[in-house]
Amino acid sequence: MNSKFDFTGWTCPTPLLHYPTIVMGHGSGGKMMADLIQHMFASAFENDLLTQMGDSAVFTINGSRLAFTTDSFVISPLFFPGGDIGELAINGTVNDLAMSGAQPMFLSSGFILEEGLAMETLGRIVASAAQACREASVQLIAGDTKVVNKGHGDGLYINTTGIGLISAGINISPRNAQPGDAVLVSGTLGDHGVAILSVREGLQFETEIRSDTAPLHGLVDAMLRVTQDIHCLRDATRGGLSAVLNELASASKVGIDFEEKKVPVKAEVNAACEMLGLDPFYIANEGKLVAIVPADRADAVLDTMRAHPLGKEAACIGSVVPGHPGLVVAKTGIGGSRVVDLPAGELLPRIC
Amino acid sequence: MKFIDEYRDGALTQRLLDELRQLVTRRWALMEVCGGQTHSIVKSGLDQLLPPQIELVHGPGCPVCVTPLELVDKAIALASCPDVIFTSYGDMLRVPGSQQDLFSVRAAGGDVRILYSPLDALKIARENPEKTVIFFGIGFETTAPANAMAVVQAKAQGIHNFAVLVSHVTVPAAISALMESPDVQVNGFLAAGHVCTVMGYWEYEPLAAKYGVPIVVTGFEPVDLVHGILKCVKQLEEGRSEVENAYARWVLRVGNVPAQMIINQVFEPCDRGWRGIGIIPRSGYNLRSEFAEYDAELRFPEVQTIETQESDLCISGLVLQGLKKPNLCPAFGKECTPQTPLGATMVSSEGACAAYYRYGRFAWAEKNELQV
Amino acid sequence: MCLGVPGKVTELYQANGMKMGKVDFGGVVREACLEYLPDIQIGDYTLIHVGFGISRLDEKEARETLELLQQMDMLSSELPPAGGGS
Repeated sequence: MNSKFDFTGWTCPTPLLHYPTIVMGHGSGGKMMADLIQHMFASAFENDLLTQMGDSAVFTINGSRLAFTTDSFVISPLFFPGGDIGELAINGTVNDLAMSGAQPMFLSSGFILEEGLAMETLGRIVASAAQACREASVQLIAGDTKVVNKGHGDGLYINTTGIGLISAGINISPRNAQPGDAVLVSGTLGDHGVAILSVREGLQFETEIRSDTAPLHGLVDAMLRVTQDIHCLRDATRGGLSAVLNELASASKVGIDFEEKKVPVKAEVNAACEMLGLDPFYIANEGKLVAIVPADRADAVLDTMRAHPLGKEAACIGSVVPGHPGLVVAKTGIGGSRVVDLPAGELLPRIC
Repeated sequence: MKFIDEYRDGALTQRLLDELRQLVTRRWALMEVCGGQTHSIVKSGLDQLLPPQIELVHGPGCPVCVTPLELVDKAIALASCPDVIFTSYGDMLRVPGSQQDLFSVRAAGGDVRILYSPLDALKIARENPEKTVIFFGIGFETTAPANAMAVVQAKAQGIHNFAVLVSHVTVPAAISALMESPDVQVNGFLAAGHVCTVMGYWEYEPLAAKYGVPIVVTGFEPVDLVHGILKCVKQLEEGRSEVENAYARWVLRVGNVPAQMIINQVFEPCDRGWRGIGIIPRSGYNLRSEFAEYDAELRFPEVQTIETQESDLCISGLVLQGLKKPNLCPAFGKECTPQTPLGATMVSSEGACAAYYRYGRFAWAEKNELQV
Repeated sequence: MCLGVPGKVTELYQANGMKMGKVDFGGVVREACLEYLPDIQIGDYTLIHVGFGISRLDEKEARETLELLQQMDMLSSELPPAGGGS
């Protein structure tokens, strides 16, 4: 047994040695988390399915292609404008399955409850989760409950695991983007993250912005009926648009160019970001997807998205390019260009 | 957003850039003092759109970047004390000290909290009477009135479990120091617009005269920046060296007098070390003796002597003085990245190195060289 | 340094002996301390930094300067002759 970790071969010369313990940045969906997953987890569990690093793992059993995924929900506060942790826990996993083109079928859930959590609070969250299941047409068929001592667990943590069925002919993977493909987003970005920030201790502000949490498999279905040749799908959760585009550019070994002006962002979300010094492209969403489709199908897919209640503000924001593989470049409002990198770690409101 | 969007207008920016192209006849090096201006320039890609004769030299206007290493280490030491709640603006959390940063302290169990406004620190102090709340009072003159108010309010409300770790820096002394340095080659300055809303710009008039450099008070959005550059270059082309105001919608020559009064009430000028540069005389603020009970260094004398060790590879001092561009640092993008910063200029979102890393890599990958 | 964001004052009140207000940043509203702007009124625009108003907008000046900038290419008589170009 190794008593000391071997850090050689990590992406940077002083990686986690910089942080001998886990810090919040490791969970933010940015570069630190990517490094942690790559070097701590993927290297330990070593198998082809894991290295695909899609939103779900896709595999075949007895001729049926299945998607399988898990996600944990540790959000605080538990209730926020537009939703709560229960709804998020269901939609989040449904969406991970949908991003593989799967029809979500069954979920399991583990609830980790903090001693002292009000029964009424738990009741509301469970009811919310149940409602989300009904709206997403999935069934929760297995579960587990644990209680931890007061002072651990932020009230409640939820893990959900899901399984879904992928029809023949669908081949969606982060590695499928081709130069020339169009990059589409399903609607306004940054809503969820801003809704959370607005109720966070120390930052509170008044806003009409609500979380966009929603199950996206209906939208994906509609898109697949236009064309099965959808190359990539990703929901833009932690790390936002930037994380998704960077991951896809990296996995497919292509460059991605987009125009800042074309990305739909609500005026209020922009305002909140200005106030805190944040970039809306780095902020989490819970009901938005990014799709990479062949250029000649882009208009048709976009029309279908806009006809769906969850895609009304869908837009084409850019394209996949052969140049600068692995880099995402944005054309700015004044016609300059800038590299849009993975966020480094925890997103910090800045004052300076 | 009103009074922001108009100044981000692409068409207007392009027209102003055309004006600039017609105006400029030789090479000029302009220093933008403010890190927020650096951030905006690189984020909008403006530096790529300027005529090649104009070089923007990024100055030491990032209070996060110039906060002396000893103060970061003191902050870390204070935050590690039990019964201390350490509060700070978000930017400071990832700034590397000699061994670690404030994030690591939080990970190890320290109570470190981010705030938006210094008044929030008082609220935390009221809610946690058994703890001492320490506030990391960094910033240029812009932030001084807010930090000062926290101290005044603490006294007025009788809040005693509150202290400030003061790390203020001021601009005029820094400009003097830069101009006195034989290595610095700057023809004109874009003064920091928001510092000037508080302090006005009358302090720059003797500097413009003494060093023969135009100083133009400039804002942050693309139109404001090109406007400031235009005014500065026009002066240079005409051989003038005056102070002009290109941010008049927010800045008056006298500045904000009530804000200046509270700064004088709470703070007094002192010598201050700037990380990577050294001590610049009369370039900082200290708490006046009447407010000594709120000085964190006096409350916790054990942090007064701290061993510091700067990274060997980090050249942020040279970057901050505009002597070296970030991408020319041997560690840039290799040992030193925003995820693994060696110096503060790579951590701060407006640090020149971080701005270059985040926004500029593509342009250099394309061009392969920088205009000198 | 100094992220300063413009917002419109929608309410004014006193708290803890300080002049405070609600400021609307394009739909997002937050409280700010306006103690350093004794003349500020409801409806005025203010520049907010770390929760404090540090300046009051001169709307007339803003409008006039913007107009001047927008017309700049018509004012070439103001500029030195175009020699050398870019």
